[in-house]
Amino acid sequence: MRDEEIKAVVLRVLGDIAPEAELDQIDPAIDLREQLDLDSMDILNLMIGIHEAIGVDIPEADYPQMASLNACVAYLRPRSKGS
Amino acid sequence: MEAGTLIQWLVKPGDAVKRGDIIAVVDTEKAAIEIEVFQAGVIQTIVVHVGETVPVGAVLALIRTDGELPAAGAPVEVKPKPAAPPEAVAKPAPPPPAPPRIEKPAPSKAPQVPSGRLRISPLAMRTAVELGVDLATVQGTGPDGAITKADVERAASKAAPAVAPAVTPAAAAAVVKPAEVVPPARPAVAPADRQAAMRKAIAAAMSRSKREIPHYYLGTPIDMGRALAWLQAENLKRPVTERLLYSVLLLKAVALAVQEIPEMNGFWVDGAFKRSEAVHVGVAISLRQGGLIAPAIHDLDKKSLDEIMTNLRDLVKRVRAGVLRSSEIADATLTVTSLGEQGVETVFGVIYPPQVALVGFGKVVERPWAANGMVGAKPVLMATLAADHRASDGHRGGLFLAALDRLLQEPEKL
Repeated sequence: MRDEEIKAVVLRVLGDIAPEAELDQIDPAIDLREQLDLDSMDILNLMIGIHEAIGVDIPEADYPQMASLNACVAYLRPRSKGS
Repeated sequence: MEAGTLIQWLVKPGDAVKRGDIIAVVDTEKAAIEIEVFQAGVIQTIVVHVGETVPVGAVLALIRTDGELPAAGAPVEVKPKPAAPPEAVAKPAPPPPAPPRIEKPAPSKAPQVPSGRLRISPLAMRTAVELGVDLATVQGTGPDGAITKADVERAASKAAPAVAPAVTPAAAAAVVKPAEVVPPARPAVAPADRQAAMRKAIAAAMSRSKREIPHYYLGTPIDMGRALAWLQAENLKRPVTERLLYSVLLLKAVALAVQEIPEMNGFWVDGAFKRSEAVHVGVAISLRQGGLIAPAIHDLDKKSLDEIMTNLRDLVKRVRAGVLRSSEIADATLTVTSLGEQGVETVFGVIYPPQVALVGFGKVVERPWAANGMVGAKPVLMATLAADHRASDGHRGGLFLAALDRLLQEPEKL
């Protein structure tokens, strides 16, 4: 998948988790937890949402590697189909 | 909470209903509440129509129970209690695995519910309430026929609003004080107003708590080493969709601990403690925009960790979207609040009346921990209890926390 597609998936999932968030205001380099006030349930739902959309099952130990939007893209790029 | 506005009927006269069915959605100052039926039967008459605002306790519909002649009927009442979500209504849900697409209104992919629950995004529901659109008249064009904000706006522009969208701004003291009279028409409620109303409801409940309940507070640090190691190993075996959060272990341990120390579970009513046999644990869930709500997970002591996790996920989702069921917000028998996510180590809780105890958990922190003459580093969690001194004493409260600690040392038995 192209970076833009991965980014779009992550943003869509975030939109479901935090309907009140202004997604276009997200700084892709900054920690999502802090920016959107996400808790562990939100993070789990993010991982589930990504799994459902892209088919990548992210082990719990790798959650810290998915801290920001850019980090998510970097992590998912080699793991998503079509790459 | 004193009143609510009926925003949707999910049944019509002649429909058969059974206990637990959701038959209507009522909008209140704090959330949309799904009204459940407590009796099986057949809907005989709809008494309150879409758009009407009625006080808590009002009869919404008559249900003919088995064996009854038409005419007599069991009334369905509005029976919610204060609680507090923000935005609008709807069964939110993970989006369908659709092509990537940036879109704020969450496409709703609710599980198929026989009662024909609406598929609608929270934003669309909010819009419908604000514009006074009867959802029965809206054609959904979203995924799986879900109603989107645009659909609602289209419908609103076609028909002049027949509904007076409304909610009482007034907030009642925590517990059930049905207002006898509610002025018929009220102005539409903006999100800011709803938030103000939620603030008021929390203020009323907490003021009453601090005015009436002689709290005592206890705390004990718990070594979470075993519990977390067990959980980590367990989650390693599980796909992402089945993983557990450690708060599930905490909730189960609380529910089992109150079986041992029942004075923590129940209500202070009419000058006496009324113990509850059932353990319905209220889970405080904070809202990012401010405010919180503590809906109940029913019979938590009898549920497996997986069931609790499923319930918790569903509750968090619905709280944040603003949709709860009438029973969930009405009958918690004690409450658990976990503020570890916010980074605090210790919670000094305020009891939610008429409950008699609130269990607080802070953040898991690595601390030096001495045991058997050795000092090591352990993940430590501060568990606290705020309890009603009218219903129990510190000694029993201490036994409760000790039981909690002991239960968390054997996570595989939870």
